[in-house]
Amino acid sequence: MMRPRSLDRLRDAGLPWLVPFAVLAGWQAAVSTGLVSNRFMPTPVDVIHAGWEAGRTGELWVNLGVSTLRALAGFLVGGGIGFGLGLANGLSRLSERLTDTSVQMVRNVPHLSLIPLVILWFGIGEEAKLFLVALGVFFPIYANTLHGIRSVDPALVEMGRVYGMSNAELFRRVILPGALPSIFVGLRYALGIMWLTLIVAETISASSGLGYMAMQAREFMLVDVVVLAILIYAGLGKLADALTRQVERTCLAWNPAYRSA
Amino acid sequence: MLLDALPRETLPDAVSQRREDRGPARMPAPQAPTARGIGVTVRDLHKDFGGAPVLDGLDLFLPAGGFTAVVGRSGCGKSTLLRLILGLEEPTRGRILLEGADKKPGTAARRGTPPKRIMFQEPRLLPWARVVDNVAVGLTGLGSRAERRDRALAALDEVGLSDKAGAWPATLSGGQRQRVALARALVSGPGLLALDEPLGALDALTRIGMQDLIARIWQAQGFTALLVTHDVGEAVALADRILVLDAGRVALDLRVDVPRPRRRGDPDLAALEGRILERLLGQSQAA
Repeated sequence: MMRPRSLDRLRDAGLPWLVPFAVLAGWQAAVSTGLVSNRFMPTPVDVIHAGWEAGRTGELWVNLGVSTLRALAGFLVGGGIGFGLGLANGLSRLSERLTDTSVQMVRNVPHLSLIPLVILWFGIGEEAKLFLVALGVFFPIYANTLHGIRSVDPALVEMGRVYGMSNAELFRRVILPGALPSIFVGLRYALGIMWLTLIVAETISASSGLGYMAMQAREFMLVDVVVLAILIYAGLGKLADALTRQVERTCLAWNPAYRSA
Repeated sequence: MLLDALPRETLPDAVSQRREDRGPARMPAPQAPTARGIGVTVRDLHKDFGGAPVLDGLDLFLPAGGFTAVVGRSGCGKSTLLRLILGLEEPTRGRILLEGADKKPGTAARRGTPPKRIMFQEPRLLPWARVVDNVAVGLTGLGSRAERRDRALAALDEVGLSDKAGAWPATLSGGQRQRVALARALVSGPGLLALDEPLGALDALTRIGMQDLIARIWQAQGFTALLVTHDVGEAVALADRILVLDAGRVALDLRVDVPRPRRRGDPDLAALEGRILERLLGQSQAA
């Protein structure tokens, strides 16, 4: 039987959302029928209501803004240093021999284990959060930038030299584009770590931000706000990932593996 | 070398069977023959790798504008010779004189002397640059961006790929990629073109089309061509002189006096090919 093409398209677009909607419906049903006590789990409608309330008072936007700013600042600092050091170590043997061993040693320390120390150093101010996020983001960016530069095809580098490219041209036209796919892998990995670190840091020691909002809500048994905060994390993570994918698709259009259908 | 006027209407039958990958048959005559080949003189050239001699006192003269093929078994030092002439490796001992060119790769182009170019076995295109930008790599350091683009488009037209200028290299066939690499090597009007088994990875019909294209452009532009290959048939089809390399020395130096365009299956070429193969096989039996 022939079906209209638009129906097929609708089905294709709707398919990934089928499971989330089923879960939501089941959740709502389970709590409203009393199967699950609403002291432990709010209904989706409660969560939407909590979101509306928090948005209306402005509390949500303030906390969201504070958290986003922290995340970006930490990401820029840590990612910038990681990218710079990754480039330096990828291009210079001397720099790599000097620093790589040390970096690899520090890498094996879980950065969240430094929280007690960081609180002692910085208190619960902004520096503590910035430091932790930067540290967490540093390693994936560093490792993948280094790996990307190392894995650039030496045959292409030789070609560039034969055609008289200067070192700067060689870097800009051959080495950096060749390393880009790997750098993007590091970027996406780092974005995940960025949110994770920030939320943990805010949950433990903060006076503002999403993590703080969730902890405050726990004190007052506002379970709907707690769930709201968790859902916002999920949304932010998805947003960051989608943005990176878009940038990837633009920058790596030459690569058949990234070309959009 | 103003051989531009030579007849070029006869195409071997095998080529016309391969329509989609051919292109060169429709190639327009190149604008201006440059007639500025680089002559190469090699004196007592030695090259060791880890103490083992690869080239052992080689003497050689390549006249400007000639087409020389170097054949030999694997490991005979033919690719090393080519890389030494291009300045990609340093000789252990001996001298290489390039008349009218600079020794360091790439620097010649900036000084207005005809550059040396090489075509590798793999196309070595930048996968992240579109075809026209890949060809423009051959003009690195020359002229303005718009000028480079215009010349790159003209070179693409010469190899019959002007319709692919905006494509990514990943979307091209193997033969098309090698033609882009050829356009990149030729776009700057080189004085010396070294070909390091550039057609080894192509299928037989595409290879024949590429050979005709290379011969045609060489006749039109008059650069010195140095082809390294293990395919004796290819050597006799293209070159006007064939060197057989053995144990780091020239074992055989033959002229190919067959007029162009050459027909595949020409008895003179076949006889020559037989002689060279005999020599190469004789060596391997003796070894």
